Amino acid sequence: MTKLLKINHHHTIPFAGGLYRTTTRSNVASLALATSPFQFSSGYCSKTCIPSRLKLVSSTCYATLSAVVKPQESAFDGKEAALLVDELRTSFNTGRTRSYEWRISQLQNIAKMIDEQEKSITEALYQDLSKPELEAFLAELSNTKSSCMLAIKELKNWMAPETVKTSVTTFPSSAQIVSEPLGVVLVISAWNFPFLLSVEPVIGAISAGNAVVLKPSEIAPATSSLLAKLFSEYLDETTIRVVQGGVPETTALLDQKWDKIFFTGGARVGRIVMAAAAKKLTPVVLELGGKCPALVDSDVNLQVAARRIITGKWACNNGQACIGVDYVITTKDFAPKLIDALKTELKTFFGENPLKSKDVSRIVNSFHFKRLESMMKENGVANKIVHGGQTMEDKLKISPTILVDVPEESSMMQEEIFGPLLPVITVSKIEDGFQVIRSKPKPLAAYLFTDNKVLQNRFVENVSAGGMGINETVLHVTMKDLPFGGVGESGIGAYHGKFSYETFSHKKGVLYRSFDGDSDLRYPPYTPEKKRVLKALLSSDIFGAILAFFGFSKDS
Amino acid sequence: MEAMKETVDQSLREMRETFASGRTRSVKWRKAQLGAIIEMVKDNEEKMSDVLFQDLGKHSTEAFRDELGFVMRSATTALNCLDKWVVPRKSNLPLLFYPATGKVISEPYGTVLVLSSWNFPISLSLDPMIGAIAAGNTVLLKASELSPNASALLAKLIPSYLDTKAIKVIEGGPDVATILLQHQWDKIFFTGSPKIGKIIMAAAAEHLTPVTLELGGKCPTIIDHHSVSKDMKSVVKRISGGKWGSCSGQACISVDYVLVEQSFASTLIDMFKPVIRSFFGENPKESGCLAKIVTKKHFQRLSRLLNDPRVKASIVYGGSMDEEKLYVEPTILLDPPLDSEIMNEEIFGPILPIITLRDIQESIGFIKSKPKPLAIYAFTKDENLKTRILSETSSGSVTFNDLMIQYMCDALPFGGVGQSGMGRYHGKYSFECFSHEKAIMEGSLAMDLEARYPPWNNFKLNFIRLAFREAYFKLVLLMLGLTKGVRK
Repeated sequence: MTKLLKINHHHTIPFAGGLYRTTTRSNVASLALATSPFQFSSGYCSKTCIPSRLKLVSSTCYATLSAVVKPQESAFDGKEAALLVDELRTSFNTGRTRSYEWRISQLQNIAKMIDEQEKSITEALYQDLSKPELEAFLAELSNTKSSCMLAIKELKNWMAPETVKTSVTTFPSSAQIVSEPLGVVLVISAWNFPFLLSVEPVIGAISAGNAVVLKPSEIAPATSSLLAKLFSEYLDETTIRVVQGGVPETTALLDQKWDKIFFTGGARVGRIVMAAAAKKLTPVVLELGGKCPALVDSDVNLQVAARRIITGKWACNNGQACIGVDYVITTKDFAPKLIDALKTELKTFFGENPLKSKDVSRIVNSFHFKRLESMMKENGVANKIVHGGQTMEDKLKISPTILVDVPEESSMMQEEIFGPLLPVITVSKIEDGFQVIRSKPKPLAAYLFTDNKVLQNRFVENVSAGGMGINETVLHVTMKDLPFGGVGESGIGAYHGKFSYETFSHKKGVLYRSFDGDSDLRYPPYTPEKKRVLKALLSSDIFGAILAFFGFSKDS
Repeated sequence: MEAMKETVDQSLREMRETFASGRTRSVKWRKAQLGAIIEMVKDNEEKMSDVLFQDLGKHSTEAFRDELGFVMRSATTALNCLDKWVVPRKSNLPLLFYPATGKVISEPYGTVLVLSSWNFPISLSLDPMIGAIAAGNTVLLKASELSPNASALLAKLIPSYLDTKAIKVIEGGPDVATILLQHQWDKIFFTGSPKIGKIIMAAAAEHLTPVTLELGGKCPTIIDHHSVSKDMKSVVKRISGGKWGSCSGQACISVDYVLVEQSFASTLIDMFKPVIRSFFGENPKESGCLAKIVTKKHFQRLSRLLNDPRVKASIVYGGSMDEEKLYVEPTILLDPPLDSEIMNEEIFGPILPIITLRDIQESIGFIKSKPKPLAIYAFTKDENLKTRILSETSSGSVTFNDLMIQYMCDALPFGGVGQSGMGRYHGKYSFECFSHEKAIMEGSLAMDLEARYPPWNNFKLNFIRLAFREAYFKLVLLMLGLTKGVRK
């Protein structure tokens, strides 16, 4: 039993109708009911920004859930999960997912699904997050589609065994590295980009020839149920499944034996996932988050820098993105100019009243709304607001908010913000910013704005982060040639493009030997002469080896 | 133990300080340390051979082949290739993002922990360290307490050859490992059993530390005697060398059992006998070429496996034991029961069960019914069988017509899958194993596309649609206002 389940024992959460598998494929409409506050709070359990320990957070969950009515039997339990995995393993063992044809056909179906269902996907994203259509298209649909197209185009190359050179020691032989599927894999995705973060890893899993179970986030219920419906319509049901639900379902899934678990979410649940995986020796990819800084030098093109920061903050799911800009560091002198530029550009982007703008997402649920509100109202923080700060609770909207020099010990500077609040930290020299970043856990992304090449190099060398954008925010994630993944607190493993394929493959070393050239020196009885030849061989000293070899044969 | 806690704290603090100073990142430092490892092994060849003999009764030739020589070669490879490995990899970005560039830089994780194992105490300690150092990390090694002389020698030699502020050794058993695992590391590299591997990974989860687990498993050897009948002499020699010639079968990539067709079994057994005799003489105990069983505990485990009456009845060669000398004779079993312990746990000793099948093609199903092994060996010239093995079974590696030498081939990644482990190393893979691949996109502030930013409108949607398709000509048309709708 995993720790996750233990939390669950304290409070069973009634996910009104949100808990069925694709196979039951029942009423999608009932999901609309699944927007109770309890569900939101449980969502906090599965995607949290607080890096603190299990106990603390679970008690938070417990507190927010105290109003929960009666415990209710979950529809999808360990037994069902075990049945599901068995079924998929049986299909996997038939070898059907290994063929190039199967993989291509599934990928093509995903591409087709994105094309044909663009409207319903965009609508689901709007329902879950009020995500503007174009943002949804840009960040989720196109991105997923282009990953899929890339996989279709490259699959043959990716699948080809790689021939490698062998050394003198193992001569005569030839060697290959063969990619093989891992087996049955689990993908647990997040609510903030509920389509992209579900389908992109699935594309990797399919490309590599695995059977896969997807568990979308229950915090984005419309997208979750849509994915369940679409997957069963478009994809091979014997090998690709969706399980919907929250903590109990995830727990039931984590108790099974998988060949890989791919998780996107918060560091706290990341730990639980990895601990559960350890019990079955399952490798994991953890795509977590962190406080991604943007360091802004004073030599930059103000307008462009401001726009790109805004893109990386508010135009990116309203700050609810693991690679979004969490805070800005700049020099004391430059801060007022930067803030003015940010204000001006915010106005062009979202108009005079951003709470009414259709071009910015809302906060996902009232739990997160309250969390952000209290972050803003904290002592010593509230008086640091220099822009925005307006809220609209019924619409779950918070206007783009900029704060200057909030105290380091405030929760805004200690936790991942995951919302539209942007603290600006000022330093006297721009280099001092390195120390600010390094004093915190390694972030998923770090951004730098400067034309100064020396500073760029120093930043790249001295700051550790999953990935980096120089004079850019967020965009590096769309580059299929770059691996995407965290380091330290921001995660383990990487994916995107070919890296997704590799993440879901095992690289099997294959060595082909012939029976020629079998020399006795490998075998006992051991003699000093044999050692001499071996020594020469291991140091790839062919001449020495030949000499020693002849010396050896003379002696015997 | 309080003192040990203090030592661990102190060591970690020092290593973190050293890492933060940036010293270990320089290629010069890495090369100097790698050079020092080679020097250390060269200078102390005799001492190292001695401790390997004391701990495991390894003959110095065997020790050189499997450990010292191997380590020196591994360090030399790293030294020679390091300049190539550290070069950032450039990547292509779509034209749309011009003038942006993308690259991937390998950066060291930081402070890493290497927990090694007793069966190859020198190479399984130094080889991962070579990777950790090549990647620019500070590293702490805990060698196994079950090979105490090797552990003590490493603890003595490493500080006198390598940078003591960055590379440390701590000696001790499970209690020390427990203290080490309570701390936060940036990577943990473990060689050992699946049981301990699970504990390591669970401890690592607490700090979100990535792990490489090099475990073992029951590695099968398939003999397709139809296609290799002419070469059976070599086959038997290679299997004997792989099973008994390398630490008495106490190796994670050792042959665990042989699969062969029923009709051929007795011929095979008859072929083994003279080869074993030619390797170890009439009295293998005194040959000096057969490593001993590492500890009394392991000896007792082997004798328990063998003393199961049903297993005992299956002995067709050998079977004698000497607890005093920790000696187990090279032993062959014919068809021990498949539900016996010996057929369900990793043997890790000089006992070789031969399992007979009606048709060698059944070997595929047999292997698939067991956890994924670290290696599969197959002696065959039948291309069809080769293909079936490659595509239908899963294992860390596959070697055709030989044993163990995949370990020596550093162009191949070495590592397990499923129960046999996760992560890989050797050669360049060692460097990658201890590096984080940091993706970097460098943009320019000079050019900017309006279509990237809100407020959103239809023009921007169309623009992005085309941009994602990299349909540049249509983009130009769109921008000139020459086209209205865009097909999805």
